[in-house]
Amino acid sequence: MNPVNYLYLSALLFTIGAAGVLLRRNAIVVFMCVELMLNACNLAFVTFGRMHDNLDGQIIAFFTMVVAACEVVVGLSIIIAIFRSRRSASVDDASLMKW
Amino acid sequence: MIETSSLASGALLANEGGGGLHSTAASGAFSALWLVVGLPLLGAVLLLVGGKRTNPFGHILATALALGSFVVGVLMFVTMLDKSGPGRSVDQHLWTWAPVNEFQADIGLHLDQLSMVFVLLITGVGSLIHIYSIGYMAHDENRRRFFAYLNLFVAAMLLLVLANNYLLLYVGWEGVGLASYLLIGFWQHKPSAATAAKKAFIMNRVGDFGLAVAIFLMFTTFGTFSFEDVLGGSATASDGTMTAIGLMLLLAACGKSAQFPLQAWLGDAMEGPTPVSALIHAATMVTAGVYLITRSAEIFDASPDAQLAVTIVGAITVLFGAIVGCAKDDIKKALAASTMSQIGYMILAAGLGPIGYAFAIMHLVTHGFFKAGLFLGAGSVMHGMNDEVDMRRYGGLRKYMPITFVTFGLGYLAIIGFPLLSGFFSKDKIIEAAFAKGGTSGWILGAVTLLAAGLTAYYMTRVMLMTFFGKERWKEAPAGAPADWHEPHPHESPVSMTGPMILLAFGSVFAGGLFALNDSFVKWLTPVTGFSHGDLPMSEWAVTGMAIAMVALGTAVAYLQYARREVPSVAPAASPVTVAARRDLYQDAINEGLVMRPGQYLTRLLVWFDNKGVDGFVGGLAAFVGGTSARVRRVQTGFVRTYALSMFGGTLLVVACTLMARMA
Repeated sequence: MNPVNYLYLSALLFTIGAAGVLLRRNAIVVFMCVELMLNACNLAFVTFGRMHDNLDGQIIAFFTMVVAACEVVVGLSIIIAIFRSRRSASVDDASLMKW
Repeated sequence: MIETSSLASGALLANEGGGGLHSTAASGAFSALWLVVGLPLLGAVLLLVGGKRTNPFGHILATALALGSFVVGVLMFVTMLDKSGPGRSVDQHLWTWAPVNEFQADIGLHLDQLSMVFVLLITGVGSLIHIYSIGYMAHDENRRRFFAYLNLFVAAMLLLVLANNYLLLYVGWEGVGLASYLLIGFWQHKPSAATAAKKAFIMNRVGDFGLAVAIFLMFTTFGTFSFEDVLGGSATASDGTMTAIGLMLLLAACGKSAQFPLQAWLGDAMEGPTPVSALIHAATMVTAGVYLITRSAEIFDASPDAQLAVTIVGAITVLFGAIVGCAKDDIKKALAASTMSQIGYMILAAGLGPIGYAFAIMHLVTHGFFKAGLFLGAGSVMHGMNDEVDMRRYGGLRKYMPITFVTFGLGYLAIIGFPLLSGFFSKDKIIEAAFAKGGTSGWILGAVTLLAAGLTAYYMTRVMLMTFFGKERWKEAPAGAPADWHEPHPHESPVSMTGPMILLAFGSVFAGGLFALNDSFVKWLTPVTGFSHGDLPMSEWAVTGMAIAMVALGTAVAYLQYARREVPSVAPAASPVTVAARRDLYQDAINEGLVMRPGQYLTRLLVWFDNKGVDGFVGGLAAFVGGTSARVRRVQTGFVRTYALSMFGGTLLVVACTLMARMA
């Protein structure tokens, strides 16, 4: 199977993720869309690794997973803290940092 | 031009015997010279620094120090009489004020025959005015401050006439200006007094500017300030420079001596207490201009144009003052106008060169006596009349104030030039000198001085008749009098006031005769000022006869108008000329129209430019930055998505750019 198809899939997933981050209000969904974008990137890395016949792409994919795991820990705790104080997980409600 | 050049050569001839300002260092009794200035200055410092603690004895201390200064002055005079020739001119170098390479500012005193005359006049008449003020200011709670200022005034004036260089003279000059400001505005709770003080100060500043420029010019031309070098070198400098210095000195003299066109402050200066008026008009202040011109004789002798300007200013002021004096109903303002006119005589005489210097100073001294006496007399009248100054509210006071009447009367006879009294000798000599100038200008100046002599007789007779003779107009209430109006009870003043008046009356009667005896005064001054007879186009007796005729005429007209006819107690409607004279020939309106209004418009224009132009640019810039940032900050919505979108957009842009760079 032509590996370029995986790249098309990766681009599609990334776009879906980006659209979700920009359009959805619920923080959890936004968060999941961020994960989707990360995994789209992983898929692209692995595919490129395969295409170039080396392991660099796969190593970076692992690296991304570790970072993503950390990010999930921090991100989720922030979302929970916001939800506890405001009884809402909408990112539009937390818009105090402005003019 | 022919007569001016002959005048200049006459001046040179006359000065050859003099020897300028070469003087010896002060020694012996002369070494106490600094005390003349030091004593009154000490008084001013003690009273001002000592504050309320010196209240009980302040007036006595100040008077004692003024008298002390007079005693030292007399001591100097006696010592000077002993010496002869150049020994009469001494210098006392006190210390060097600011030695900066070429620029040497020395504090040094110079005493010669000219400054000696001034020292005796200032300390003598000044001391009498101090004594008079003890009585006059007895009920004023600020009497100590008043005496402190009086001492300061006398000290500044003495510094002015004793300085041995123009820079130190300037210090005294400014000191006189300051003291006059403080004293004219002494009752500063009265807005009119505060305004008059400011007016005097500002008009004096115009003159001071002239003196400052003159001193700058002297320094750039001669590299020094000292009289000896500046006056000694005046023959070597170019005509243009000397004329410029002369004209600037004339401007200075106009400011201090209230000469046309800077005369407007003198009338308003009457807002000060009466002893101050006497001091300003007789001993200090207005005489400074005459001193300056006489002291700078060599400069004016080197510049006939400047001399001509001096005589023109003098001639205009003589008539100006006399005309204003004829219409004033306020006794002090009438006397003030008279001072202006008499100082005009002196300036005119000083402008005549060596023909007139000595007579200018002689008239200055005799005028010092009778004008001080007249002012103190006016103060005494006011003292007895509830501070009323309107002569139309006087009348018949001779019965109530016999001493004031006699002393004032003698001063009056002296000022109009009644034969054998002081003013007769000094004024007659000035009229002679004016004719002796020669040429057309001599005839014009002579005619002006003669006319002014007649006018003087007219307005002084008017003052005399309205005050001391006629119906007692003060007995009836004035129109629009307040409910608590009560008739004044004219009474003679205490001895501390009449004493000085009597002494001054003696001066008014005898000083002129004493000076004229054997020409002793002229001989005394000749070593400093030089002297030349000029060429009188007629006999001296003819001039004297004409002068006496003019005086008789003026007196007769005044007698017909103010003795034979009832004097109305309210100023009647009068011809436009009289109205103009009552309003000081519109001097204030002219100053306002020519100087004040344009100045105001200029400041308004500048304020407008500052507000709209400078502030507009700065304010506009600030508003632009503020407005822009107010709009830009709307970008910060607080929505995470917006930030995310901008990040995406940015990333896209970077990627697109990278790709385009690759392809290109």
